[in-house]
Amino acid sequence: MSTISVTQHSRYQAKVARSRATSEPAWIRWVLIAIALAFLTLFLFIPLAAVFTEALRKGFDTYINALVDPDALSAIQLTLIAAAIALPLNLVFGVAAAWAIAKFDFKGKSILITLIDLPFAVSPVVAGLIYVLIFGLQGWFGEWLLDHDMKVIFAIPGIVLATVFVTFPFIARELIPLMQAQGKDEEEAALVLGASGWQILWRVTLPNIKWGLLYGMILTNARAMGEFGAVSVVSGHIRGMTNTMPLLVEILYNEYQYAAAFAVASLLALLALVTLALKTFVEWQAAKNAEETELAVMQS
Amino acid sequence: MSKKTNVLPGFNLSLGYTLLYLSLIVLIPLSAAFIKTTELSLSEFWNIVTAPRVVASYKLTFGASLIGASINAVFGLLTAWVLVRYDFFGKKLIDAFVDLPFALPTAVAGIALTAVYAKNGWIGSILEPNGIHVAFTPLGVVIALTFIGLPFVVRTVQPVLEDLESETEEAAASLGANRWQTFYKVIFPALLPALMTGFALAFARAVGEYGSVIFIAGNMPMVSEITPLIIITKLEQYDYTGATAVAVVMLVISFLLLLMINGLQWWANRRNAEAI
Repeated sequence: MSTISVTQHSRYQAKVARSRATSEPAWIRWVLIAIALAFLTLFLFIPLAAVFTEALRKGFDTYINALVDPDALSAIQLTLIAAAIALPLNLVFGVAAAWAIAKFDFKGKSILITLIDLPFAVSPVVAGLIYVLIFGLQGWFGEWLLDHDMKVIFAIPGIVLATVFVTFPFIARELIPLMQAQGKDEEEAALVLGASGWQILWRVTLPNIKWGLLYGMILTNARAMGEFGAVSVVSGHIRGMTNTMPLLVEILYNEYQYAAAFAVASLLALLALVTLALKTFVEWQAAKNAEETELAVMQS
Repeated sequence: MSKKTNVLPGFNLSLGYTLLYLSLIVLIPLSAAFIKTTELSLSEFWNIVTAPRVVASYKLTFGASLIGASINAVFGLLTAWVLVRYDFFGKKLIDAFVDLPFALPTAVAGIALTAVYAKNGWIGSILEPNGIHVAFTPLGVVIALTFIGLPFVVRTVQPVLEDLESETEEAAASLGANRWQTFYKVIFPALLPALMTGFALAFARAVGEYGSVIFIAGNMPMVSEITPLIIITKLEQYDYTGATAVAVVMLVISFLLLLMINGLQWWANRRNAEAI
């Protein structure tokens, strides 16, 4: 928590104290800024602008038609369903994992933290594959599922599972360092005052970590709605049934329906922009909160 | 560390649930890949994962990831420097946009980069007449992997650069170091652990990347086919054991990279702690 305000403090200091000896000549500054901006323009802004330009190339009517197409609507629906299931599952896990890791000491803690990070290191394609090996027709439960007329792979449950896997660490990773930094004094005080475990969680811990939690949820949601590789392996690409928005983008693109592909892509790009805006807002709020807490501590 | 009695409730429940969920979603499914390869003899496994087409895909995947991560190390460091040290119009907005590759779905990035670098695209139409082909070549793979790795170096270097005490730089200057000497003898060593962590994160992400690459790569066997695509191709041919064998190679490499990143982060944290 204190890192944010410390940072701001040093920033302030830097502005005041930075003299000629510890700063660069103006022309070097401007050259470096120009190179950085050129790099970011080339890799970020031009591709982003291309999405919207290509989407509207054939006019606004074509754009709208591509989005109200039944296939597009069902893809939007499935994307929302997958995110709506993956988000709460990983939310509960994130809080439980952070509670165990941040508030208690036990053997193998660092191994556990590394294992939680695993899905970040695994290729999305491999993430999809492992569920095919378990639930696919030739997989561990393949025959059993067939006998009971249930489908996981090439159906919605598989898509949800793959989405849960790729978004698995986000909330836990956000909460663990935050709760470690906050310590457990407030929770212990609540316990002494007679609060139960759930009361402590709801009234003390969750309010303290709300911005970190929200931050993790924003990242989880963005990845869940945008996941392509893992979902592609388990989906089977059945139109109107098991296509998420990113998968529909691929299908339309491969059918040379560029305007429609970019129209659906532009919705996802808008989602990305909203994600960035929310993220910046939450970062700003968290920094403000940290500052206020520090001020209160200093005054008391 | 002395053993203290902890009065807070919920340890068994929270740790139990964490381990159960971790096992069900991550550990057991991952073990399925390793168990599946036991159907193969060692020589069969070796033949699959060292087939010429697969080896060509490793070379492309790791080579392009290395180049992409290196580009990001250089320009990411520069971007972090500019964002922390200088003031210019629109800086806050630019700072927020650095995370775009995290937020933009990979498939969208893939078709956007292809549109930009194709023969009739904004940048492709400038490059193609000069004989530089990006779309549907290994160079396109490098571009895509640079895009998706862009935020890592910036976001790992930025906080360290912000926390750097200006006193050490002043001391270096007062001892007669010029600005460049101060940078590479004082500032750069302090940033190195974070820079290497960011590089490793960008590299690890690039190695497994699929969505943003397949559109721009052209996917020609032996030339522009990445390893994750090999797995997909084998799956589509119902060659589950073959797909799994290649996946296990990738998994082992991912594990090693993850261990290396943890080591780097530990080193970076220790460096920071020492500095304070």
